[in-house]
Amino acid sequence: MQSPADFDMSRRGVLITGTASAAVTAVPGVANAYAPSASTGKAPIMSTVAFTVNGKDYKVELDTRTTLLDALREHLKLTGTKKGCDHGQCGACTVIVEGRRINSCMTLAVMHEGDSITTIEGLGTPGKLHPMQAAFVKHDGYQCGYCTPGQICSAVAMLEEIGRGIPSHVSADLTAQPEISIDEIRERMSGNICRCGAYSNIVEAVQEVAGQRA
Amino acid sequence: MKFDAPATTNPIDQLKAVGKPTSRIDGPLKTTGTAPYAYERHDAAANPAYGFILGSAIAKGRIASIDLTQAKAAPGVIAIVTAENAGKLGKPTGHTVRMLAGPAIDHYDQAVALVVADSFEQARAAARLIRIDYVRAKGAFDLAAAKDGAVVPETGWTAPDSAAGDFDGAFAKAPVKLDAIYTTPDQCHASMEPHATMAAWSGGKLTLWTSNQMVAGAVGDMAGTLLIPKENIHVMAPYVGGGFGSKLWVRSDAVLAALGARAAGRPVKVALTRPQVFNNTTHRPATIQRIRIGATRDGKITAIGHETWSGDLPGGGPEGAAAQTRLLYAGENRMTKTRLAVLDLPEGNAMRAPGEAPGMMALEVAMDEMAEKLGMDPIRFRTINDIQVDPEKPERPFSQRALIECMESGAQRFGWNRRSTRPGSVRDGRWLVGMGMAAAFRNNHLIKSAARVRLDKHGMVTVETDMTDIGTGSYTIIAQTAAETMGVALERVTVRLGDSAFPVSCGSGGQFGAVNSTAGVYAACMKLREAIAQKLGFNSADAEFAGGQVRVGNRSVDLGEAAGEGELSAEDVIEYGDIAKRYQQSTFGAHFVEVAVDAATAEIRVRRMLAVCAAGRILNPISARSQVIGAMTMGVGAALMEEAVVDKRFGFFVNHDLASYEVPVHADIPHQEVIFLDETDPMSSPMKAKGVGELGICGVAAAVANAIYNACGVRVRDYPVTLDKIIGNLPPLA
Amino acid sequence: MKAFSYERATSPAEAAALAGRTPGARFIAGGTNLLDLMKLQIETPAHLIDINGIGLDRIEATEEGGLRIGALVRNTDLAADQRVRRDYALLSRALLAGASGQLRNMATTAGNLMQRTRCPYFYDSNQPCNKRQPGSGCAAIGGFSRAHAMLGTSEACIATHPSDMAVAMRALDATVETVRPDGSVRAIPIADFHRLPGDTPHIETALDPGELITAVTLPKPVGGRHIYHKVRDRASYAFALISVGAIVQKDGSGRVALGGVAHKPWRVEAADAQLPAGAKATAAALLAGARPTQDNAFKIPLVERTLGAVLAQAEAMR
Repeated sequence: MQSPADFDMSRRGVLITGTASAAVTAVPGVANAYAPSASTGKAPIMSTVAFTVNGKDYKVELDTRTTLLDALREHLKLTGTKKGCDHGQCGACTVIVEGRRINSCMTLAVMHEGDSITTIEGLGTPGKLHPMQAAFVKHDGYQCGYCTPGQICSAVAMLEEIGRGIPSHVSADLTAQPEISIDEIRERMSGNICRCGAYSNIVEAVQEVAGQRA
Repeated sequence: MKFDAPATTNPIDQLKAVGKPTSRIDGPLKTTGTAPYAYERHDAAANPAYGFILGSAIAKGRIASIDLTQAKAAPGVIAIVTAENAGKLGKPTGHTVRMLAGPAIDHYDQAVALVVADSFEQARAAARLIRIDYVRAKGAFDLAAAKDGAVVPETGWTAPDSAAGDFDGAFAKAPVKLDAIYTTPDQCHASMEPHATMAAWSGGKLTLWTSNQMVAGAVGDMAGTLLIPKENIHVMAPYVGGGFGSKLWVRSDAVLAALGARAAGRPVKVALTRPQVFNNTTHRPATIQRIRIGATRDGKITAIGHETWSGDLPGGGPEGAAAQTRLLYAGENRMTKTRLAVLDLPEGNAMRAPGEAPGMMALEVAMDEMAEKLGMDPIRFRTINDIQVDPEKPERPFSQRALIECMESGAQRFGWNRRSTRPGSVRDGRWLVGMGMAAAFRNNHLIKSAARVRLDKHGMVTVETDMTDIGTGSYTIIAQTAAETMGVALERVTVRLGDSAFPVSCGSGGQFGAVNSTAGVYAACMKLREAIAQKLGFNSADAEFAGGQVRVGNRSVDLGEAAGEGELSAEDVIEYGDIAKRYQQSTFGAHFVEVAVDAATAEIRVRRMLAVCAAGRILNPISARSQVIGAMTMGVGAALMEEAVVDKRFGFFVNHDLASYEVPVHADIPHQEVIFLDETDPMSSPMKAKGVGELGICGVAAAVANAIYNACGVRVRDYPVTLDKIIGNLPPLA
Repeated sequence: MKAFSYERATSPAEAAALAGRTPGARFIAGGTNLLDLMKLQIETPAHLIDINGIGLDRIEATEEGGLRIGALVRNTDLAADQRVRRDYALLSRALLAGASGQLRNMATTAGNLMQRTRCPYFYDSNQPCNKRQPGSGCAAIGGFSRAHAMLGTSEACIATHPSDMAVAMRALDATVETVRPDGSVRAIPIADFHRLPGDTPHIETALDPGELITAVTLPKPVGGRHIYHKVRDRASYAFALISVGAIVQKDGSGRVALGGVAHKPWRVEAADAQLPAGAKATAAALLAGARPTQDNAFKIPLVERTLGAVLAQAEAMR
């Protein structure tokens, strides 16, 4: 293995060597003196957007930078939708927009003018659970609970996708109507990470709901 | 309540609530998104400001200068906290590094500033306007290179060295022997909820809503950092989005939220970004392990030695990966050695089954290799070397040790007899298929734990303890414990957790949470029973608590009536004598895995998994099973994909997000089966239970690696076992 | 994320014109990669032009018997289109092998082509990266490069293009249609759309500033067996270590493209010609001139073996 002193990056033009102290300037985000000079921040630019969340109409004025996720959590105070990574890598922020599941962290709120959005709060309440929520409780399809709203929203929309005939990576016959099989559920739910590892139980919960629908 | 003698028959043995498969009582909240996590407490503070942490751009060195001009002028910015203006901060014993760096930098992405602004978007943007001149210093980032300078660690979960008999002599003489090096990589907890805290000051008093496994510890950490009395700190963590060890201590989110709130004069909330979680917090340190096993030709181990090296920042601790080797198998001549090198990577610390998880990754592959050398079935080899007493101190028996039963029942259930002993000989289409197994082992720790139980005039029982539920099922098993002991229906119990205003529990960690926290609740309930009996003039020894009533002879009183117009309350703590010294308390299991290896690409997919566990009384088979399948899933990650890759030049974990640090997804995990052996352990506590959440991960990765070897004939000793380590040794495609 | 102004365009020509006259403007459609990078200030547009309302969301037959795929057709809809599933199965398969259900619902055809590398050093703005900051150096060279490129690399950059879809598009000889700010349109063969890094790894495509992709057209179907084999550590929701996209005819002839090996989907005409001769010969032609790092040298045997599996599968489907 190379020791820090061994590597030669000089021909690549890298500034830093492992051998001695070297002064570097960092502007974070564009750090280590590679950055163009940072401009001072402009005043926030606001924009108004109107959409429907769980059947309720909202009109909000937001910093254009606000993601749909942060609009829900911080502005509408609908905190059931979770921020797990903020980079489209975990699925905890899954909501259903115009009938399709999406990562709400990877879209700006202002891009959803006129949209109809369903969050976990719109599926059911503790006193009146949606069948998918009830199945998750029954099959213990969660542990810490943080990925759970995303898993549930994803599962609900995922079954609709199968119903609409959308194929998946594991569909053997691309031209046939996809089946609701364990492999299909696993593949289609793979955009929802559960670090507690409740997958085996989640799949059972989804299967049960899918069976009821069939 | 002092527990210093084996438990006899007690109210828990009724098993009307305890031991029953019980859906989580927090389930309706969690599945509807109404369980409030730390960053979501709109109910607690109306208009918090947002803090955004800036991390160090270098791994080691110092800040020469820091220019806040542009950041301060940015829209919405209220305050900026740096080491220059934060005032004097302490470093509590739980912390290896400071939560706010400057001028010295200890590791990459260590917090150097917090920007507080009116909105998250403003704080995030302004943080990027801070200009810092760093002076980079040379650091040590490569464990293999630092290994030879490793020293005997001063701290650790277990003694650094152990020895019995004459290892060197016996190993030299052994007719069959193995001497192999195994490596495990740095791993990240990657809890789904990034570390997050909201802080608010009122006068000199601080309130924190945070994500933490050990509430009382969090109070201590904050007091030790801010140098204020513990009494002035109130911590709440009722819901925690996963921890796995990463939230055993407060991290920079909590410290900087508190400092930010003080600077801003307003509540402040701070969440780490996902990339920050990887380099700003802690990780499971990488290990290099050397295992030597010597045996007779008939498979009796005569010598077993396990040496392990890991690294950490100065003042940090080792990854005690040799710990289980002191206890798991027989052998008169034995040694372990744990050495610690200084590395300038982010702080290494506990992650699910610290020590045993990586230790078992190596030991249980070594056992598989040794069994093969002996021409012996791996279960048979382990069975021959089972031992019912502490191998170093034969006078000290295990309280329970059902390893052989776990392996045998698992083998039967899994169809182990269908395993081909010839690697690479089973083909299913494009897949090479194989089976592997490993023993599971994790110690059971007894830690004192307190609770308060209140009874109101409606006969409702409320339990209060600072215990946390990090997905472990604490709410439910505590409710079951109170329902059982007080003789009420589960619905009559309210459980309130994760608040430093409540009695101090063991907290969540080390698979000690379930047994100790419920034992504490049991103790408090027994005290409440006394109080009820006393109030009613009953002899408490004769009083029966059942059906929401207390009964002596033919006289029975509703509990609500017993409470009267006020309420009855009792608080107690479970404490332990030397019982754990007299009996070795451990949990045992066996993992069975079937994998398929793509004959062309060497891609590895797990097909079947089974765990058999012997862990004392299972308080709730539903949540206990979930703990085990979750641990099995994390074990698959450890086996096949998880590695925080060190850039040895710049000194940081390169793959610091969830796209590049891969953890298992749905498609990676098959149906998982778990069997709990029927066991009670009266040495553990009045609950007769032991931990299970970490047993579930110990051995899983080795079982996967052993199955891969069985499938394709390629033995990989460096985790994770990825296709690039296999493909060069696969036979040519037909 | 730096502050930006935002407006919605109503037509492709308007969008391009807006982009032409607004300094620092970027188009946003699905947002799945652009927002990701904006949060890290790797992308810092001063102005966003939301093109979700400009149409371009249809898949239509062309006069030549092929398909014109609107730039804003979502990955899910493209993969699920009956004509694509029947006649361009390679494209469906490649799309379905990528990302997650949620992301495919957001990501667009044009955005998929435009996505940037997943090199971890590109993503960490404290590290040198010639793509992010020209002239700063390449930290991946000599660093962690297991997932990196081995073909067409340069001293400046060894990043890969992460798209699965683009690999299929390359094998299908797609054409990228665009409109420029001045209203002129052009068609760019997919082979020329993505660039090799050379000395300018920050310039990734043939697009001019402000130029907007309006559609991707596919020539008429070529038949054959369509196979997309993506190799990855995780069974789903992961970028390719390598991928092989192939169309194999009954007589063994066909075409093949690779993903995960270069700064662009990798196709070599000489390799196509070798397909009837088998995986070894084809791989040798595809991998001619490969310069792997220590970390990614396994991609050499992996490509050959995966190609072997693909050709065996095609044979079995015959």
